[in-house]
Amino acid sequence: MAAVAETLDTVQSLTGSGYKWGFETDIEMDVAPKGLNEDTIRMISARKAEPEWLLAWRLKAYAAWLNMVEPDWAKVGYPKIDYQDIHYYAAPKKKPGPKSLDEVDPELLKTYAKLGIPLKEQALLAGVEPAEGDEPARNIAVDAVFDSVSVATTFRKSLYEAGVIFCPISEAVHDHPDLVRQYLGSVVPAGDNYFAALNSAVFTDGSFVFIPKGVRCPMELSTYFRINAKNTGQFERTLIIAEEGASVSYLEGCTAPQRDENQLHAAVVELVALDDATIKYSTVQNWYPGDANGKGGIYNFVTKRAACRGARSKVSWTQVETGSAITWKYPSCILQGEDSVGEFYSVALTNNRQQADTGTKMIHIGKGTRSTIVSKGISAGRSDNTYRGLVRILPKAHGARNFTQCDSLLIGDQCGAHTVPYIESRNATAQVEHEATTSKINDDQLFYCRQRGLSQEDAVGLIVNGFCKDVLKELPMEFAVEAQKLLAISLEGSVG
Amino acid sequence: MSAALRTGTESFLARFEGLRARLPGDLVARQAAAEAFRSAGLPTVRDEAWKYTSLRPLADNDFREALTSVEGGSLPKIPAIEGPRAVFVDGRLREDLSSLPDTLHFTRFANDPSFGTLSRPDQQPVVALNTMLAEDGAVISVAEGVDAGTLVLVSLAAETEGRSVTFHPRHTIRLAEGAKLTVVELSVGRGRYLHNPVFSIEVASDATLTHIRLQNEAMEAFHLATIYATVQSRGFYDAFTLTLGGQVSRAEFHARLVGPNATVHLNAAQLLGGKQVGDVTTVVVHDAPNCASRQTVKNVLTDKARGVFQGRIEVERIAQKTDGYQMSQALLLSPDAEIDCKPELQIYADDVKCSHGATIGELDDDQLFYLRARGIPEQEARSILIRAFLDDALQSVSHEGAHALLEQAIDGWWQRQSASAA
Repeated sequence: MAAVAETLDTVQSLTGSGYKWGFETDIEMDVAPKGLNEDTIRMISARKAEPEWLLAWRLKAYAAWLNMVEPDWAKVGYPKIDYQDIHYYAAPKKKPGPKSLDEVDPELLKTYAKLGIPLKEQALLAGVEPAEGDEPARNIAVDAVFDSVSVATTFRKSLYEAGVIFCPISEAVHDHPDLVRQYLGSVVPAGDNYFAALNSAVFTDGSFVFIPKGVRCPMELSTYFRINAKNTGQFERTLIIAEEGASVSYLEGCTAPQRDENQLHAAVVELVALDDATIKYSTVQNWYPGDANGKGGIYNFVTKRAACRGARSKVSWTQVETGSAITWKYPSCILQGEDSVGEFYSVALTNNRQQADTGTKMIHIGKGTRSTIVSKGISAGRSDNTYRGLVRILPKAHGARNFTQCDSLLIGDQCGAHTVPYIESRNATAQVEHEATTSKINDDQLFYCRQRGLSQEDAVGLIVNGFCKDVLKELPMEFAVEAQKLLAISLEGSVG
Repeated sequence: MSAALRTGTESFLARFEGLRARLPGDLVARQAAAEAFRSAGLPTVRDEAWKYTSLRPLADNDFREALTSVEGGSLPKIPAIEGPRAVFVDGRLREDLSSLPDTLHFTRFANDPSFGTLSRPDQQPVVALNTMLAEDGAVISVAEGVDAGTLVLVSLAAETEGRSVTFHPRHTIRLAEGAKLTVVELSVGRGRYLHNPVFSIEVASDATLTHIRLQNEAMEAFHLATIYATVQSRGFYDAFTLTLGGQVSRAEFHARLVGPNATVHLNAAQLLGGKQVGDVTTVVVHDAPNCASRQTVKNVLTDKARGVFQGRIEVERIAQKTDGYQMSQALLLSPDAEIDCKPELQIYADDVKCSHGATIGELDDDQLFYLRARGIPEQEARSILIRAFLDDALQSVSHEGAHALLEQAIDGWWQRQSASAA
């Protein structure tokens, strides 16, 4: 059994409530006063000792944000967010440079232990390489994000030797200012949309990955996001650049402690793929979804976009979304380079009062660009699940090709499943295909499983996993196991 | 709203002020519609429902001075089809050109001005525009159990020198239990005008209404049709629209299945060239169990034409055992043609079978080669393939006369295309 699954089981047995990852950690925090204004932004920028250009960029984004209206087109409903009632900065108080395990706050390590981060040993967090003769550590580098500041990065050195830069973006700003300046905001501009502008103004940390020309990243990269302090919106900013011929697989997983007040999460992820580069970005999102009555839960308003700038570049998004009270997320690909490829594989599961409005955009600009969209939506309880996607073929995209399949599964008669695809073609030589179905769990399949002695719940779990197989098989091994478990756990209580 | 659309809106409102004393019926309803239209204005591409169809070209016309009817203008020919007919010229009934059947009850809106209850006018500005300015229309009812045969409903727009005409016919069709009727609706015209019909259709239990629409307006014209249909238990509303004319046109259907086992078919085909924009928008609401809906929409687009299909299937919680199907296919025949397609499902019941599909592409090279290899000239081969492509939707039209008429119209379109290409 994979380490992930083991920790999952352990965690499951530790907590009695429906949400298996609901706990809080007491750590000394350095918190900014509530509210958003230029001073908050200046304060964040000063805390991070940022260069002048970045502060100017933040302020520009803030000015743009002030002139924007919160979007209301998504099929989600929530009480109005008071943006002045949020802490925009919270960082664990840092002793200078935790170089060994002993120096890392023990509370923090406990949190990781409870989280079940896919690390072989907690020690890796402090960058301690396993001793000779030990079972070799699995090749996953983790940049753990604890609220707003990345506390530790593992495998840094071995990655550095390969030429790969994998560090918190706040560090990249200091160590690789030219790269950050060149690419930051080049895919998702500061004023792109309401939540992206907000993020650009106040983002505190996130991951930065740079794979230089011709390098195949020697291991899977992974970041764990975790919202910890009360009332802190988390504004992650991730930037991944794959130069000519480079390739990387990046894993992102999320859990959050249980609490009552809704929390805002507005992250931005930018991917840049140059000629022949490949980026695979996988997400398992399991933030607190709120309780059965829809109280609490995370608002997940995320902008994720990839620019396939180079010829034959390829970006593949895979996501398993089971958490959050509200999900508003459309990982997209701008297929600019000739023969570039975009993929989107998604499972979105909603239960109780969850609302998910998610999908993708595939913008075909270059010749011979190809995209594949496979989306599986599962709604249970009283939830609403919407696929919203755009496939746009521009006039120069000769021979472009898209295939889209979105299927919805309804469990129970109090939930909703919606499909809103936009398909626009302005090139006659392009071929676009789209199909969508909505159905409930097949009675025959259920009967077959029950007859062979499976409980109703196990049978539904099995069928749902089969329904999602096309997507789950795209996930890296470690995540695939976790994802299957998550689906079953998330459906608990919806069958019967 | 852009300045042009605001000006367009104002010009329609001014027209209403000028006409109001002469308009038939309930002025209160018209005033309310005018208020709704004033606040909503002509829809813009920022309105989700009009995202792909801009009314800018319409708003650029000044309809303030528009004529309500023309005496002695030269009339286009009525397409050849047998059967009783009601002929409207510039939106007004011309009894001298009509021959009404005695199997149904027919009056004109001018004499029986009832607006009925249609969806909220502030959300449907084009319907509000109609309610504000409607002067005439057909009011048809078929009694219980009667098979009323076929009625041809013709709209002619007369040639008018340099002036814009706008007309907003308000049609009502009511079929009592077990009644049957086929309406063949033809729209043709000359010059630059706006034809803005609104249909209010009620199909009672076990009744069947077949509604075949041929929209062959003048190339400069605007055609904005909105059709509301309510279908009771085991009732059947079977609609087919062929769009050939108009610089900007839209056929917007709102069909509600309110009784168990009701069925609705909303099929359509659009053949567009030049800079035409043709829009088929459908909303099918399943509001009762065991109902079925079918939609097949075909677009054939050439030159710089743009085809739009927006289709939404809504399944309410009560509508278990719904069977909903929607297929949208487009052929792009030229490098500058464009198709925008938005097939939507909105589902709140779990025991349903709903699916939609969309395909977009050009003519298949292999198929073309197959025909060419057998000695068929390219133009003809292309024509054969396009006809085959359209056949899926067309075969749903079983009325012989109407089917022949549609075939003929498609032939005419293809000949014009071939001639301009040659």
